[in-house]
Amino acid sequence: MPYVVERKPLTLSERLYFPQILAGMRVTLKHLFAPNVTMEYPEQRPAIPVGYRGVPTLVKDPHGREKCVSCQLCEFVCPPKAIRITPGEIPADQADRAHVEKAPKEFEIDMLRCIYCGLCQEVCPEEAIFLQNQYSLTGYTRAEMVNDKARLYELGGTLPDRHFKWDKKKSAAEARGHAAH
Amino acid sequence: MIAPPKPDLVTVNIDGQDIAVPKGTNVIEAARQLGIEIPHYCYHPKLTVSGNCRMCLIEMGTPIMDPATRAPIMDAATGRPKINWIPRPQIGCATNVSPGLHVRTDSPLARECREGVTEFLLINHPLDCPICDQAGECKLQEHSTAYGRGYSRFVEQKNVKPKRTVLGPRVTLDDERCILCSRCVRFSKEVAKDDVLGFVDRGSYSTLTCYPGKQLKNNYSLNTVDICPVGALTSTDFRFKMRVWFLKQTPGIDPESSVGANTEIWSREGAIYRITPRQNDAVNDTWMADSGRALYKQVKAADRLLAPSLDGATTANEMALKAVANLLVGRTGPVRRDDDAASPAHRAGAPYQGSVALVGSGRSSVEEQFLTKKLADALKTSAHLVSRVGPGDRILVSADRNPNVRGALVTGLISKLPAQQLTSLAADIDAGKVKTVVSVGEDLTAAGLSAAQLAKVSVVYLGTHRNATSDAAKVVIPTLTVFEKSGTFVNQQFRLQKFAKAVPGPAGVNDDLITLAELVAAAGGGIIPFELGALWAAIAAEVKPLALVTYASLPATGLLLDATPWAALPFCEGETLHFKPAAAANA
Repeated sequence: MPYVVERKPLTLSERLYFPQILAGMRVTLKHLFAPNVTMEYPEQRPAIPVGYRGVPTLVKDPHGREKCVSCQLCEFVCPPKAIRITPGEIPADQADRAHVEKAPKEFEIDMLRCIYCGLCQEVCPEEAIFLQNQYSLTGYTRAEMVNDKARLYELGGTLPDRHFKWDKKKSAAEARGHAAH
Repeated sequence: MIAPPKPDLVTVNIDGQDIAVPKGTNVIEAARQLGIEIPHYCYHPKLTVSGNCRMCLIEMGTPIMDPATRAPIMDAATGRPKINWIPRPQIGCATNVSPGLHVRTDSPLARECREGVTEFLLINHPLDCPICDQAGECKLQEHSTAYGRGYSRFVEQKNVKPKRTVLGPRVTLDDERCILCSRCVRFSKEVAKDDVLGFVDRGSYSTLTCYPGKQLKNNYSLNTVDICPVGALTSTDFRFKMRVWFLKQTPGIDPESSVGANTEIWSREGAIYRITPRQNDAVNDTWMADSGRALYKQVKAADRLLAPSLDGATTANEMALKAVANLLVGRTGPVRRDDDAASPAHRAGAPYQGSVALVGSGRSSVEEQFLTKKLADALKTSAHLVSRVGPGDRILVSADRNPNVRGALVTGLISKLPAQQLTSLAADIDAGKVKTVVSVGEDLTAAGLSAAQLAKVSVVYLGTHRNATSDAAKVVIPTLTVFEKSGTFVNQQFRLQKFAKAVPGPAGVNDDLITLAELVAAAGGGIIPFELGALWAAIAAEVKPLALVTYASLPATGLLLDATPWAALPFCEGETLHFKPAAAANA
């Protein structure tokens, strides 16, 4: 069905031209002296709000221990299937972390697939994966855009840990061991 | 009301529904028939009842009888008998049905009991789910979701036990996770007949262990991992490899012997991670041998044949087939790209028949053996077969280590049982009667042909892995392992059982059926379909015992064929689970 657009005739001030020019100049002048709303990116960087979902990263606990136990829940929950984990066993001879038993042998996040939804962070039972402040990620090849385990830990760094679940487990085991002998 | 039960049936009432079940059935199984699940840990349908987990607590009662008339007193309001409920709960696994038994599986008392049991089990159970291989198929996890409180009231220190006790070469025990159900102990004693497991210490110190100086190393040890309701017993091979929810299940058949144990093949993205038994009460119950579980490693083995070769040099599939076609009709000279097996000029060398010998295999599927038979017919020869015999263990590995010798009998590929050595073929080669030997997956050297004998003939080898025969062969065409194709085997009971393709084969390797159909065509045997549906139509038309069978309609638990035509043959199998040799059965 045709729709008729009503075009009103110009008012007197509009037909006079100059009042409109002046009104336009007023807007221009206002913005000339108003504070900037844009930013000189990349020289200037925005302040990242709390809870921002940037690039997913792997973090270590304050003792430098790898937190991820490769439970693969993030791989399972990831909607675009960006995460790929190869699980591995921690050999019994590594005294400082053998009690954790399991750690990722390989951990890859394909940033060309990632949609920054944050489900991996939400699902992680070990608080090992976090979407942090990094938002700008570039590369020349597809391979460069796949973050491997080393890169994920480099991006993630260390975050405070309130639980130290595995340390508690280890100390309980040691206490029990002393009691038994 | 349901119809009056047959004499050997007992009518019980579970959660208000009547069901007639055979005498001796316990309440868990009776409820299962009604689709009601009574949670349990220690009970296993194929093991004796121990009744130690207390998870299957139910309420039960019997109709109140009038002492004078011995008739149940009826409730006027409902018209049903009045029930005398036992005030305390009973365990469902050790309660056999009795006439008129009434059971409540979901009453407040039963629920409360399960919640109590769950809370006690979780007191010392570690929060290992993120790293536990059982997560996703763990009964404790499932029942904790249904009956757990969601938080722990336990403020004391949790129990600490060893986390990686090696019980045997294939089984690792995580003591902390064990809920002491004793399924593994009973399995070892009753099914594997190797009594090595037991509990030591008391209370929360109770620990599963092997008897001093013994190991859990029998060929059925991994079944304890399967029946463990939690993640305590883990397979050393599968430990920490993959979470089970990523794995796709494909029904398979264990090809290691003529028992034909039903299996489940667990794969992800074209890689097999583990093989577990699939329940078939007529063949393997819920068990399988450890040796059959390791067979998936042949798929990614380093000595896998991945490309066709001609005179030792890698070639295109088409050229290899042309070379075989030339050999089959006795044409000599180099293989040309424009050779056409179907052309009359190609057949000019014929009749060459009689100088080509064919070695079929008891490891091939029924479909492949049918095509091998077609090839033998086209070449006007009869196929040789190689027998493999090892000691039977009276459980699920039989003496005949070929999974499908009976398939060769059914399809008519052979009429008498094969020998272990190819002596008649060796004599024919020495006499110069045979010029070409086509081997469908059999290592001729292992079957008794010497290197000198192989050097006298042109060998065509269809196989999966490199061996002495493939090294000596003029033409090698790679084929697929049992995990990469679909087909059927006939086991020692003459039960036709199907297996399905679990993972795709290596790139460029054709299905065995395609290769065999091409060879049949090259030998002048006409065009035969190689797609399973159409091929089965051809098989049903030509093979009498399989006249009414199609691959699609074959039941998951197999189809028992009529074995009488072969009853007189001296099969080598001894007694195994659910199988008695015909001679013993007749005696």
